[in-house]
Amino acid sequence: MSGIDAAAAQAAEAARAEPTAQTVPTGARLNPRPRAWRSLLRPGILIPALVLLIALAWAVAPGLFTSVGPAETVGPALQAPSGEHWFGTDATGRDLYARVVYGASQSITAALLAVLVGLVFGSIIGVTAGAVGGRVDEALMRLVDVLLAIPTLLLSLSIVILLGFGTANAAIAVGVTSVAVFARLSRSQVVSVRASEFVEAAYGSGGTFFSVLWRHILPNSLTAVIALAALQLGSAILQISTLGFLGYGAPPPTPEWGLLIAEGRNYIATSWWITALPGLVVVLVVLASNRLSRAISDGGTA
Amino acid sequence: MTRSALLRRVGQAILVLALAYTAAYVLLAALPGDAVMARFGNPDLGLSPEQLAEIRASYGVDRPFFVRYFDSVGAFFRGDLGYSVQSGAAVSTLLAEALPSTLVLAVVALILAVFLAVVIAFTASYGAGSWLRRFFRNLPPLFVSLPVFWIGIVLIQIFSFQLGLVPSIGASEVQALILPAITLAFPIAAPLAQVLLRSIDDVSAQPFVAVVRARGASTAWLLWRNVAPNALLPALTMAGLLFGELVGGAIVTEAVFGRVGIGALTAQAVANRDTPVLLAVVVIATVVYVTINLVVDLLYPVLDARLRQRSARATRGASA
Repeated sequence: MSGIDAAAAQAAEAARAEPTAQTVPTGARLNPRPRAWRSLLRPGILIPALVLLIALAWAVAPGLFTSVGPAETVGPALQAPSGEHWFGTDATGRDLYARVVYGASQSITAALLAVLVGLVFGSIIGVTAGAVGGRVDEALMRLVDVLLAIPTLLLSLSIVILLGFGTANAAIAVGVTSVAVFARLSRSQVVSVRASEFVEAAYGSGGTFFSVLWRHILPNSLTAVIALAALQLGSAILQISTLGFLGYGAPPPTPEWGLLIAEGRNYIATSWWITALPGLVVVLVVLASNRLSRAISDGGTA
Repeated sequence: MTRSALLRRVGQAILVLALAYTAAYVLLAALPGDAVMARFGNPDLGLSPEQLAEIRASYGVDRPFFVRYFDSVGAFFRGDLGYSVQSGAAVSTLLAEALPSTLVLAVVALILAVFLAVVIAFTASYGAGSWLRRFFRNLPPLFVSLPVFWIGIVLIQIFSFQLGLVPSIGASEVQALILPAITLAFPIAAPLAQVLLRSIDDVSAQPFVAVVRARGASTAWLLWRNVAPNALLPALTMAGLLFGELVGGAIVTEAVFGRVGIGALTAQAVANRDTPVLLAVVVIATVVYVTINLVVDLLYPVLDARLRQRSARATRGASA
């Protein structure tokens, strides 16, 4: 969670270095497009992208990946993984792989919602603070300091207790914890881009504040924001599964990933797969989004 | 650091704390409004509206918002954290009972995590063989991606059930501490190792390292005399962040292992919508977190000779 915040700080730092990289004369990049494509095909990017795409596809169309419903009883309880049931069956004989696939629509959608909440509110706060400056900047950044002063999980628990349990509420709670990072990043982007010469030139050639913001400042901040969003997606999946595990997310029998692992907890003595395999899926997806985030922010600076 | 800069930094910390308290109070005490109604409002209890009003008056929740708010601020300073809606016990008593167990867990996990992080960072930088270094370099990003509750479950699976090394039932106090401490060490070790690794990389790239090596220093000498002291300092800035991890990790770890403690108390409070308990935990954690960050900020120039010299030179330049 906050470990990812540290990584987020790194991503933001790398991103802040970006505008200087853009002062390199464009002639230095002779043929940027093929090189960009080749760098996309590196295994370091290809594999994480593939993992995320599969997870997204699970979330969007789970029916394509499994013929069994998440709540259907398909056979005897607690069967080990086999060719027929890839992840085995759970305590009531439901197919665990099907539950993980259907769980993606819960967990990934919730994580996307969380990132969206953080991105939208964080960017509004950060861009306003950076663009307006002065007292408004000061006040908004104190607000961000307050958000950062409360430990992450406690902040999301406070919001969960206020809004009530459920996947959407858990997602909002997790999203609020990332508002501060997004606000800080977008503020630093706006401030650094605002000071650069081409923005001054845009003002000089008759641009209004909003046209400059829209045409120059926001596009130049995009790489850093996307890198942070990818990172926060992984972190949001972790946090939502944690809330689900603690029982504050979706109610059973919803196949949310954290809840799946929580439900399997009573059978760890005999059936390792019930907790190990869904957990492994969570780890892979989070790892993939962290890797991709790093690749995006590295690609921005290189 | 000049006197005015010091005062400004302390003032800023106090302001953030005051704002955080207000936010937490609004979120957890004012908006849900009625912890009393949540407990006694159930029609099954058959309380009449008059009786409910009486109960509300006895808890003092019928007074205006600002009166209650300033009351609660004063009460916090006196150490009166209110009463649990669920059990009716004083929150301060509940916390005091739960604290020792969590403290032991946190301290052991922290020591373990620091050890783990140092081993990872040093092996990744100076280990024998490039594959070993690459392996260790990839550990922190992996650890960051592991859900803490899953680590706990996997550890129970492996060490209690497969290998039978740590009994899951009827364990002694020390035995019961081993797996939770290892679990909690992971989320703390990962960011710490990341920062250590990065600062070792930074320091190793400095010219003075090449000079020391050229003069014939061994890797061990270089590591302990030159690189480590310079690289450990940035890790200090992680203290606040690690405390946050510790709090979050304790909630999850205690839930997985069924330990009593602050974390379990917090989880229970959320499950029962026991807002006074959660408010107290949030406020205390925030005070500790802000204080740690303040202390680190103030200590950093004292510990880092380079910053000290620079600020001394700056003040001399200013006075000249």
